[in-house]
Amino acid sequence: MAVLTEEQSMLKDQAHAWARDESPVTSFRQLRNSAAEKGYEDNTWAQVATMGWTGILIPEALGGSGMDYATFGVVLEETGRQLVASPLLASGLVGASALLLGNNEALSQQWLPRIADGSAIVTLAVDEGPHHAPDQVAVTATRSGEGFKLDGSKVFVLEGGSADAFVVAARTSGTAGEQAGITLFLVPSDTAGISVSTLKTADSRGYADLGFNGVEIGADAVLGEVDGGFTLLDALLDRARAGLAAEMLGTACEAFDRTLEYLKTREQFGQVIGSFQSLGHRAATLFMDMEFARSCIEAALRAIDAEDPEAPILCSLAKCKAGEFLHDMSNDMIQMHGGIGMTDEFDAGFYLKRARATEATFGGQSFHRRRYISHFGI
Amino acid sequence: MAAADDLNVFREEARQWLNDNFPSSLANQRPPGIAGFGAKLSGDWKAWQERLGEKGWSTPTWPAEYGGGGLTPEQAGVLAKTMREIGAISPIGGFGTMMWGPTLLDVGTEEQKQRYLPDIIRGNLHWCQGYSEPGAGSDLANLQSFAEDKGDHFLLNGSKVWTSGALEADWMYGVFRTDKSNKYQGISFLTLDMKSAGVEVKPIVLISGQSPFNEVFFTDVVVPKENLIGEKNLGWDIGKRLLLHERQSIAGSSGDDDVVGGSYDIEQVAKDYIGMDGDKLADGAMRERIAEQKMFAHAYALTGRRFSDEAAVSGPSAAVGILKVAWAKDNQNREEMLIEMLGNRGLGWEGDGFKESEIKTVRTWLRSKANSIEGGTTEINLNLVAKRVLGLKGY
Repeated sequence: MAVLTEEQSMLKDQAHAWARDESPVTSFRQLRNSAAEKGYEDNTWAQVATMGWTGILIPEALGGSGMDYATFGVVLEETGRQLVASPLLASGLVGASALLLGNNEALSQQWLPRIADGSAIVTLAVDEGPHHAPDQVAVTATRSGEGFKLDGSKVFVLEGGSADAFVVAARTSGTAGEQAGITLFLVPSDTAGISVSTLKTADSRGYADLGFNGVEIGADAVLGEVDGGFTLLDALLDRARAGLAAEMLGTACEAFDRTLEYLKTREQFGQVIGSFQSLGHRAATLFMDMEFARSCIEAALRAIDAEDPEAPILCSLAKCKAGEFLHDMSNDMIQMHGGIGMTDEFDAGFYLKRARATEATFGGQSFHRRRYISHFGI
Repeated sequence: MAAADDLNVFREEARQWLNDNFPSSLANQRPPGIAGFGAKLSGDWKAWQERLGEKGWSTPTWPAEYGGGGLTPEQAGVLAKTMREIGAISPIGGFGTMMWGPTLLDVGTEEQKQRYLPDIIRGNLHWCQGYSEPGAGSDLANLQSFAEDKGDHFLLNGSKVWTSGALEADWMYGVFRTDKSNKYQGISFLTLDMKSAGVEVKPIVLISGQSPFNEVFFTDVVVPKENLIGEKNLGWDIGKRLLLHERQSIAGSSGDDDVVGGSYDIEQVAKDYIGMDGDKLADGAMRERIAEQKMFAHAYALTGRRFSDEAAVSGPSAAVGILKVAWAKDNQNREEMLIEMLGNRGLGWEGDGFKESEIKTVRTWLRSKANSIEGGTTEINLNLVAKRVLGLKGY
């Protein structure tokens, strides 16, 4: 792990201890069993906000602590370990980033303090089909009086059922497939004409599909530039990808640690199974994948903080490597545990289900391979 | 802020020195060979070797008292970046700078450091590594070359194999048996002059048609006692420490395509031999595989840099074993893809029917098969990671 600052070390310790003691995987199991529509517990969310993690990126003047993405990654890695269910990523990182990048002072003043104290959840609504495809935005925002009118639908919006506002990517000109003509809007969820359908997903977390039917919004709802929103959206998505990758790394590292522990304790043929080379070599290879993923994720987060022009490449690399490692690790967690890994009583299934959900979010491995290689002129 | 200011001052100093001393004719040129690994340089390359060696910047972080650069890791990073920017490549390297020198700095006596390090830093002496033997490959400690203690000297008999650069080497360091009754506690770390009477070198021709490796035979070779590094019979730990430096040096060099002489960049080969369909490669499946290959290489380079940073704080770690595994995998995968992309142009052996670059790619592809064998096989490295890093039993 990269050498941490004192602040990052403190946050890491705090997040590690809190997740272990207050929101371990057993808490997630209770949540899953309760079949709560929302996908998180109010009490958990309140604690996350109290510790100030929702305000990590938000300036002190607006109620946050004004720290950076690398620091946020340290916290997300720890919450990812215990599969902590909360809107921290969706709102504290993605929602906050939309406002921080969106260059709309009035909206920032209105929403960032509420994101920071956890009283509002702001989330991104971008995708409209089964796959992440930010340039395929088809929701229309047509001029209407002084403002705009939104029509269309969004799918798989993180914490969509509990959000107070959506950052909606809509088309003010052009057609699906074009980067030009996209505009981002901040739309309160209680605006007339919005329908919210929550989803029951394999990972038991909060997602919703959204319908926009003649939703009237003012010109003051625009984040960034009208028609020129793709650049903002892409920058926002990269922050989301790097942050989610950090959470995925934590999830995969925990799966690795638990599996390694099992290799050291489970005995067959009179010896611990980790002494068999077929398993030891796989564990060593997974260790390599883990270290590689970590290098990419730390580099991506630092590149965002440094406003490095290579950040988009590194964010695709980070999301892809996190996805690959988590994918393989979640499969091997089950395989190496044998039959017990298949039981609902054991936690491996939670890691597998969460793995696939996070892999698909903000672009899967295939999306990011294509995005990465397009930077090299082939 | 003060530290950043100091680095800026150093950056200017490095720029100025390079401006004054780096021959502009060599910008972006690969050295014709590596001083310290068999090459005798001439002309501008010789001048550049001498100036760089004199300044100690061939080994930037080694102590100035032995002729090293005496730089901090941060300064060395700035120097490396500055050299990259102007296309200046150090022609000094080989076993001396990568493994033997760092090991000597760890375990050598003051006298030994003074004796060996200055010539390593200047690339004056070429070193080879006497490790593997016919019966001691992955099980290296099974080595049998016997250095019998004759009081004032050792008398060496036996042989080494897979010895890179032995034909050109001036000196060898290596591990030799000094006690036949104890496998691990019966090995000593010795140096020897390759011109000693009784040393014979025979090249081994590989599947690539090239002979980078040799057999070395010892018949009653007299090795002076002063050539013993560390204590007699306790050379195994030194030998293992050196291998850690070897893997660490691979980590440090990560991202450089010239590690095994990778011929040229993969995108260009793809464009030239497969062709484009609009702004994308015409073969979509190959395009995705190239992406995977490049992303693995990128992740490998970032990990190498991170491990180097961490090693600067806490010393080399057994975790670098994964970099050796990854390095081999990356090289072999890239070379296989290059051959596949070349199609029938990637089947040439010699003659005018093929371009030089095509034949070189074939030779490099074949050479790369050794990458997962040399310097510890992939399987042995995975064993080491399983044992030392993951704490698994039975390895």
